Amino acid sequence: MNVKELLFKPVFKDNPIALQVLGVCSALAVTVQLQNVVIMCAAVTMVCAFSNLFVSLIRNHVPSSIRIIVQMTVIASLVIITDQFLKAYVYEISKSMAVYVALIITNCIVMGRTEAVAMKNGPLYSFVDGIGNGIGYSIILLIVGFFRELFGSGKLFGITIFQTISDGGWYQPNGLMILPPSAFIIIACIIWVIRTKDPTQIGK
Amino acid sequence: MENYLSIIVKAIFIENLALTFFLGMCTFLAVSKKVDTAIGLGIAVIVVQTITIPANNLIYNFLLKDGALAWAGYPDIDLSFLGLISYIGVIAAIVQILEMVLDKFFPALYNTLGIFLPLITVNCAILGGSLFMVERGYTFGESVAYGIGSGFGWALAIAALAGITEKMDYSDVPEGLRGLGITFLTVGLMAIVFMSFGGISL
Repeated sequence: MNVKELLFKPVFKDNPIALQVLGVCSALAVTVQLQNVVIMCAAVTMVCAFSNLFVSLIRNHVPSSIRIIVQMTVIASLVIITDQFLKAYVYEISKSMAVYVALIITNCIVMGRTEAVAMKNGPLYSFVDGIGNGIGYSIILLIVGFFRELFGSGKLFGITIFQTISDGGWYQPNGLMILPPSAFIIIACIIWVIRTKDPTQIGK
Repeated sequence: MENYLSIIVKAIFIENLALTFFLGMCTFLAVSKKVDTAIGLGIAVIVVQTITIPANNLIYNFLLKDGALAWAGYPDIDLSFLGLISYIGVIAAIVQILEMVLDKFFPALYNTLGIFLPLITVNCAILGGSLFMVERGYTFGESVAYGIGSGFGWALAIAALAGITEKMDYSDVPEGLRGLGITFLTVGLMAIVFMSFGGISL
């Protein structure tokens, strides 16, 4: 399989969130502001790629009975590094994301990829696959974050796009978009669009 | 006593792990097709949550917290950065032990929960519960109450969703939305419903 296919297959054809229902947990809670989304996506992509790489490197030395614990340890260590890094350089954002960075440990995408791909394939293949799945995850999060921030507060990355009424403009912010449940509704719409375009994905 | 009661009620309704914090969503969406299995998984989560949160509370307070090792003669050590790896280790170990104990002494219960127990290790609701416990600085007693409450809240949410999904078999859903899409919409509406508890302050 070539690199391009490996990178872009998870984006639309085999999207981890929309098709495989993995990693939804953290996807919903951090999408109010695009800034948080970008940090979260970078963190997940990094953890996913490197955990795939390291697990793949040691895959021949790990007995299968303890492989889950070993994968967990690798992932947890990487998440701790990411968490400390975010605390050191972007403290405010890491504070506002609270426990969700830590919850990358139990993000099923990471675990699913190490289990399904890294245990069977070489380091380079696994690394690229990790990045690809990270991108697939990021795309959905970015779309959700885009709509929620734009319609919820009239801003993108904190820069005003629609001047809200409270600031003397014309735009009446949609309160629903700021609330958590809107993320579900937007993801449902994304799934609807993807499945209408590609009917093979329709569930029973 | 009132304090504990208010933590439990708050964890079930106002700060429901599944519907307010979106934790444990992967299993939540995947195992919500039948009420029976949903209740089985719900009970497993309550049990694991009630054990792991107090256990992690002890580990945090006596080993990891800044200055927690004073009893061993090392008052300046702060191991809190090791938190994540310890909590997930504790969760994995407790799930494993629970599985063995149930298999040995309560085979009937083991058969009902069997397949769900290993799944729980990677359920973010469990790890999330422990992290919230640390973040809010609960005492041991409070952490027990929080464990029961948060587990029960999650179980309630998944049982309710499974009930709705079962009924929805009879409805005519647009083709592209069938399966996952409509489940997402349902959960979104349920989350809005649960938000109405948000105004209650205890």
